This record gives sequence, C-alpha cells and structure tokens, in this order.
Amino acid sequence: MTALLAALGRLVLAALASVGRVALFALDAIGHMLRPPFYAREFGHAVMQIGWFSLPVVAMTAIFTGGALALQIYAGGSRFNAGAVVPQIVAIGMARELGPVLGGLMVAARVSSSIAAEIGTMKVTEQIDALVTLSTNPMKYLTVPRLLAATLTVPVLVAAGDSIGIMGGWLVGVTRLDFNSASYLKNTVDFLEFWDVGSGLVKGAVFGFIVALMGCYHGMNSARGAQGVGAATKAAVVSSSVLILAANYLLTEVFFSA
Amino acid sequence: MIELSGVHKAFGANKVLQGVDLTIPRGESMVIIGGSGTGKSVLLKCILGLVQPDSGTITLDGTDVSRHDRDAFLARFGMLFQGAALFDSLKVWENVAFRLMRGALKRPRAEARAIAVEKLRRVGLGPQVADLFPGELSGGMQKRVGLARAIAADPQIIFFDEPTTGLDPIMSGVINDLIHEIVTEMGATAMTITHDMSSVRAIATRVAMLHGGVVRWTGPVAEMDATPDPYVQQFIHGRAEGPIPSVR
Ligand SMILES: Nc1ncnc2c1ncn2[C@@H]1O[C@H](COP(=O)(O)OP(=O)(O)O)[C@@H](O)[C@H]1O
Ligand SMILES: [Mg+2]
Repeated sequence: MTALLAALGRLVLAALASVGRVALFALDAIGHMLRPPFYAREFGHAVMQIGWFSLPVVAMTAIFTGGALALQIYAGGSRFNAGAVVPQIVAIGMARELGPVLGGLMVAARVSSSIAAEIGTMKVTEQIDALVTLSTNPMKYLTVPRLLAATLTVPVLVAAGDSIGIMGGWLVGVTRLDFNSASYLKNTVDFLEFWDVGSGLVKGAVFGFIVALMGCYHGMNSARGAQGVGAATKAAVVSSSVLILAANYLLTEVFFSA
Repeated sequence: MIELSGVHKAFGANKVLQGVDLTIPRGESMVIIGGSGTGKSVLLKCILGLVQPDSGTITLDGTDVSRHDRDAFLARFGMLFQGAALFDSLKVWENVAFRLMRGALKRPRAEARAIAVEKLRRVGLGPQVADLFPGELSGGMQKRVGLARAIAADPQIIFFDEPTTGLDPIMSGVINDLIHEIVTEMGATAMTITHDMSSVRAIATRVAMLHGGVVRWTGPVAEMDATPDPYVQQFIHGRAEGPIPSVR
C-alpha cells in the first residue's frame, strides 16, 4: 500500500517537474523572441513548412467535416422540425469549435512530429552543439522562428478551414438537402458574429504555439540514438494533441461561459 | 593557455572523467590518445561548455571558462565534431561559411562563399562540392567539410575530434599536413583526438593519454616512445596484451 502511494507520489512529482520544465522552456523562448538577432530566413522557411504545406490537409479535413456536420444537423434538427437551421449551426460549429480544434490537431500531427524529429536528429548528431560552437543560440535559431511561424500561421489556416468547412456544408446542403444556394449563404453570413470567427482565430494562435512548443521542447530534449528521436516525436504529437484539447476547453470557458 | 584541474564528469553511474589535470600551452598541438569510450570527446565538450563538469576547474588564459563572455569566448574556437555534425538543411558552402554569414563576423554572401570554397580546397575538396548538400557526400568528405567549417573563421584555438577517422591514407596525410600547417603558420593552439599513431607523430607537439578517467601520461611527443608507462606502450604499439583490458 505504501509502495503504491510512493509510486503514485513519484508519478505526480515527475508530472509536475515536466510541467515546470516546459514552462521554463517557453519563458526562455519568449525571452529570446524579444531580443535580437532574429533569423528571418529561418522564419520564412518555417512559415512555408508549417503554414503553406499544411493547407491541403487542413482543407481536406474541413470540407469533409463541414459536409458531415450538415447531414447530422439536418437529421437531428428534423426530429423537431428544425432542419432549416443547418447553415447557422454549421457556420457556428465550424468557426467556434471544429475549425480551430480539427485544424490544430491536424497541424499537431503533421508539424509537431516533424519539428521534434528534425530538432531531435540535430540534437543526437551533435548539430545543436555545433550551432553553439558557431556562436549561434539554438533557441534563437531553431525554436523562435518555429514558434513565431506557428503562432502566426495557424490562425490563417483556421480561417481557411472555417471557410472551406462552411463551403462543405453548403455543398451538401444544396446538393443533398435541397437548400437554396443563395439563401444558405445569406443565412450563414447574417448569422455569424465577429467573435464567433475571432475566438476561433485566437484559439488557432494558442494551438499553433502549443504545437511548435511541444515539437521544439521534445526535440531539444531528445535522448540519444534513433530510439530517442522516435520517443521525442511520439511525445511531441501526444502532448500537443492533449494540450490542444485541454486548452480548447479552457478557452471556450473563458470566451463563452455566461 | 588552457588548464584543466580535477575535472570530474559522470553520466548517471557512468563515471567518465575522474579528475583530469592537463595543461595545453599556447601555440602547442596537443594530441589526446586513449581507448574508445574513455571520455576524450566529453573532455573537449567540457572545455567548450557544451557539457558541464561535475567538479574541477577549466581556465583559458587564467580565467575560468564559465566566466568569459560567451560569444567572445566561442569566437576564438573552432571545433570539428567526431560525426562532422554538418547542418543537413544547408549546402556544403553554407555550412563552411556559417560563422561568416551571421553575428560579429558577418560578411557579404559572395565573399563568405569565396572563403568557403578556398577552405574546402585546403581540405582537398573541389568547388563542385560547394553546392551539394551534406547528405550527398561520403562520410570522409563530410568529415573534411566539418574541418573546413572549423577553420573557416581562422580561430585561435582548434579542436579536432578524430579528424582522420574514415579517410584513406592519402587524405589522412593531407589532413595531417593541414593541421600541422595551421599550428605552425597561424600559431593556433590545437587539441586533436586521434587513434591513428601516424597522425600523432605528424601533428603532435605534446601527447596526453586518457585512461580510467584520468590523464595517465602526458609529455612532449619525442618522449612518448621512451616512456616506460605500460598503458602508453600498449596503446602506441596496438598490443592486445597489457594493462588495458580488451573487453571494456
Ligand atoms: N551526453 C551523454 N549522455 C550520456 N552519456 C554520455 C554522453 N556523452 C558521452 N557519454 C558517455 O561517456 C563515455 C565517453 O564518451 P566519449 O567521450 O564520446 O568517448 P571517446 O573517448 O570515444 O570520445 C561513453 O561511455 C559515453 O557513452
Ligand atoms: Mg569520441
């Protein structure tokens, strides 16, 4: 019994310690963000890798989700003669929740894994040490550009995902559910308020930060060898996904609880 | 001058350095020999501050290495890593010119490239490799690119971690000559790790043998053959029999 308690205690302590380490890492990164030098080329590269090349997967996710959402809302709404609310609910569902969360999760899968694998490989092949000996701070050169790029581009991805998801709903609404095209779009536009979309974009920025932070943190702390990099990659994807869902709940509480 | 005294470093239960005392006078070419896994690479990393020693002191020109201004300190060093440690997202010439394209030593791109091509030539690589990526090179070529990067900014102190491992005998000769030249002509201080006794004789002015976490023997290279130390004798003659166990 005491052994069990001790094991549990150790687990809790280890968890707290790693939360502390991540927080220190994040503060360190933000500190470096505010001080020169700034590596513009690395930043540009990260914007392409994180933002531009994630667009296809975010678009695919959004269009299928929007379509399925339309079908489900119609089916559910019809049970109490409210099938007509499809455009409004698809729009609010995409903008407030599904756009940012699904976009964030797809970016987590795609980007935090590749960041962790890349930086982890650099760590185990002594490239990080080499950076230091060449008078270049790895936090500034590797972490800051990725953190900034993810925080700035994921909201843009979310905006694209919102629009594409709403289009998916509209396509299904018009072709499968006999909605009038013009009035579907008018209902969507009239109904959406600025904060429905804005809150989703803020979530996107937070999720982008989480994704890059977890990728960089686990990469920089990768253990030695191929196994170390594999473990770092896995940890980056799992932790960023869980943190995104947890942060989403907290942000929703803050933004929308009465 | 670099001075180490009582340097200890352990990784968990693995006690790697257990009280290293060593002095590297300015302008000397110190070669570190010792079996693999004895902590030679760790020793270099301790001096550079890439690995924090558990205890002991390391000074450069009389000042503790941790108290130097970090950027100015590192600007005096060049380091060739054991695995070359090239940045695989950058072209060969961008690797070599890395230090010349950012920070205090920043030069125009064309000038940095010209210096890189010249340094590549000195390590026996033609200009056609400049635009390749490190992944397209053989291990020995990567090693030489790493060497070119280490000397690109003409450092005062250069560390070479196994510069000739994986090279053919002719290339080893070229690299040995280069290291010798850097020390004699540029007056740099060098610390080289090698297992290759012909390299030791070609480049060393002083030799130190690391074994069991301490410096077993150190002295001028001319005295190496005459030392009665059985560890040094076993190592330089490559004998399986002797005080150094062959299973480690
Ligand atoms: N970052 C590290 N973490 C854990 N162990 C390490 C680390 N670096 C080196 N070691 C261990 O220290 C010992 C000496 O390594 P090293 O200095 O690379 O040997 P060598 O003399 O061949 O260069 C080895 O047992 C190695 O496993
Ligand atoms: Mg080594």
